[in-house]
Amino acid sequence: MCARGRRSAEACMRVVTLTINGHDVSGRDDETVLDVSRAHEIEIPTLCQLDGISAWGGCRLCLVEIEGKPKLQPACTTVVSEDMVILTESAKLKSYRKMIIEMLFTEGNHICSVCVSNGNCELQHMAQSLGVDHVRLPYLYPKREVDATHERFVFDGNRCILCTRCVRVCDEVEGAHTWDIQGRGINSKLITDLGTPWGESTSCTSCGKCVEACPTGALFEKGKGAGEMTKEPQFLSYLAEMKKAKESE
Amino acid sequence: MSEQRNHDNYPARVDSADDLGIMAETERTRQQQFKNRVFVCMGTACQSCGSADVLAALKKAAEAGGDETSCLVSKGGCQGNCAAAPLVSLQPQDRLYQHVKSEDAQVLINSISDQSVVAKELVCDNKAPFFEKQKRVVTEFRGLIDPERVEEYIAVGGFEPLMRAVSEMTPEQVIQEMRKSGLRGRGGAGYPTGLKWSTVAKSPGAHRYVICNADEGDPGAFMNRSVLEDYPFRVLEGMIIAAYAVGADHGYVYVRAEYPLAVERVEAALKSIRKIGLLGNNIGGTKFSFDAEVRLGAGAFVCGEETALISSIEGGRGLPRPRPPYPAESGLWGCPTLINNVETYANVPVIMQRGADWYSAIGTEKCKGTKTFALSGRVKNTGLVEVPLGTTLQEVIFDIGGGVPDGHAFKAVQTGGPAGGCIPATLLDTPIDYESLQALGSFMGSGGMIVMDDTSCMVDVAKFFMQFCMSESCGKCVPCRVGTVHLHDMLDRMTKGESSMEELEMMESLCDMVKDTSLCGLGQGAPNPVVSTLKFFRGEYLAHILNHNCPAGVCAPVGEDLRRPACAL
Repeated sequence: MCARGRRSAEACMRVVTLTINGHDVSGRDDETVLDVSRAHEIEIPTLCQLDGISAWGGCRLCLVEIEGKPKLQPACTTVVSEDMVILTESAKLKSYRKMIIEMLFTEGNHICSVCVSNGNCELQHMAQSLGVDHVRLPYLYPKREVDATHERFVFDGNRCILCTRCVRVCDEVEGAHTWDIQGRGINSKLITDLGTPWGESTSCTSCGKCVEACPTGALFEKGKGAGEMTKEPQFLSYLAEMKKAKESE
Repeated sequence: MSEQRNHDNYPARVDSADDLGIMAETERTRQQQFKNRVFVCMGTACQSCGSADVLAALKKAAEAGGDETSCLVSKGGCQGNCAAAPLVSLQPQDRLYQHVKSEDAQVLINSISDQSVVAKELVCDNKAPFFEKQKRVVTEFRGLIDPERVEEYIAVGGFEPLMRAVSEMTPEQVIQEMRKSGLRGRGGAGYPTGLKWSTVAKSPGAHRYVICNADEGDPGAFMNRSVLEDYPFRVLEGMIIAAYAVGADHGYVYVRAEYPLAVERVEAALKSIRKIGLLGNNIGGTKFSFDAEVRLGAGAFVCGEETALISSIEGGRGLPRPRPPYPAESGLWGCPTLINNVETYANVPVIMQRGADWYSAIGTEKCKGTKTFALSGRVKNTGLVEVPLGTTLQEVIFDIGGGVPDGHAFKAVQTGGPAGGCIPATLLDTPIDYESLQALGSFMGSGGMIVMDDTSCMVDVAKFFMQFCMSESCGKCVPCRVGTVHLHDMLDRMTKGESSMEELEMMESLCDMVKDTSLCGLGQGAPNPVVSTLKFFRGEYLAHILNHNCPAGVCAPVGEDLRRPACAL
């Protein structure tokens, strides 16, 4: 029983109306700004968000301006409320988003022409759609490792943007929690188990969900050449839905 | 009243206000047996200067005197002027001795009857402006209390406010009192404490938690450490009152492991108040039950941020998460959680004791009460000071702090830790309160105050703080993880004369971006030292970029080129 005296959680939802980019839209009060925007075909750029797994709020691309809030708010974790006035596009947001993409390029070693995901990479698409035609910040050229010990998959740290989609999908959907992050700040890196090579991991089920969830060429199937790796992360949201339905039975 | 008494004639448990009164009276009687009391500061600063040896020597010298009732030598708390450590206080004569060594023990004991035997260098003038200009509320016992004995705290009226709150007041009345006092969070952001408490109290949940944030990590800040070390009972009392007000049944004191003495004292304090029934089931014989434990921080600065701190207590990585929901609504284990700073809790018993009206008479219109500051850097009297909010920077640094030593000129004061800013000499008449400091692009923070003189290069200072933020960034969000590295590298190039005006422009837009887009306070505040030094000391940046020299002579000797000559080999 909820506060409004109704039995199921769903009956407790309220429908709210709000304004996004000057358009009047409606949504349920448990939906995020991102959900409602997408339902109304208003695109907000994201990288760390993936349907079917929990929100992270780390890439900061989906930041939007909300009237009355002094700070920019992430669309993926902000829940809508009645009479909200939201702006998803502005000169400031555009320049910040471009700068975030530039930062991601400088942080890793992204060489598209030789990458397995060339042409199918979310980072690459994002850079193109946001109009990032050159990088103004100096490249950091970090020394990153490649783990090819797994019999079917490869992890190339040079292409990792630390979105943690693999970490979350492995934990929340597969239930293995093979992936996690080691270190902090600029020294953060993905590890399997407690830092053992992926091929020696005792928790990995080799399901490949992490590979499908990865937005770049950081996780890919062995044997793929440049531009040959395509990913289908859409099925993950169905899996998550099915899991949820089964649990509520 | 409980019938059981332990061998010292103290009631074994405090089951009523009467028990507490008996305990206080018994302790006062014990203390009155002694004509004099000697307190040796056992804070971290004094201990590092050998106060443990001084304490042992003084005890030995006092015993050698033969007269057992002559004086009681015990551990004491911080006197404030840590620069003169180790400090020894003699009561009731109210004398203070500085730079005491074990060899001086006999002379100090002899000085009880004849002050003239003490060398002049040993006598600390405790009527000096450093002491007289302070207003002590949180540190009202001036260190003249043994921090390890709960009986001493009870003898000076400790736990009376708690007993009154739990037995005579409703939680709503306690919250109302806090609202009226105007107390604001002492962790730095200044959120009204009463409002936070009532939000937690109203949030629905099976359990509620209270957390004491003692993960003080700002460079140059040691107020929380000192308060926890000297007055652990007072902080815990504030926390228990808060738990009663918000309806919490469990609490955590999150202390960083780098504060071993504070950890030891808090743990001992928890144990001793649990023993006498002021913590645990049926506190003070009432129906209210609450227990608390210590959790150690593993050295990550970001764990001072409330959501990261909660994640750390839950056993996860210390990563912040977007707010809302705020911890008041959904915090530890998803339950409503009250998080306050050490100093906020330390203020609570005083407010309950003396009343909200008394408290709100101190300070300014918007900022009530006092604030402790850790005065450090290029200032004569480094140490812990407490002043009413609204006191000017000038008064704190020059009247209390004694100004800059060795004939150097004051240049800037850095407040608020790595998220704070540098305030120049021209703005020294700024009153210290949340709003005034924010208007200058700085931050109250938890109370670190680093004084800099003309030997500091502001570009180098900005680089230092950026390096701190860079290495303390948790890495969750892109702007903080990567942005701080770029900002640091840019500043580094400036100090080496390898930068350009284009890069300065880029740095300024990067500062805006990191500030506006980072997930938590660490990233949002990281550009502040750069932005504020650029605002007040732009000339120094230009000298580095255009003339390739460092006016302060830090990045390269004065007048010399920053660009190192190429190696001849």
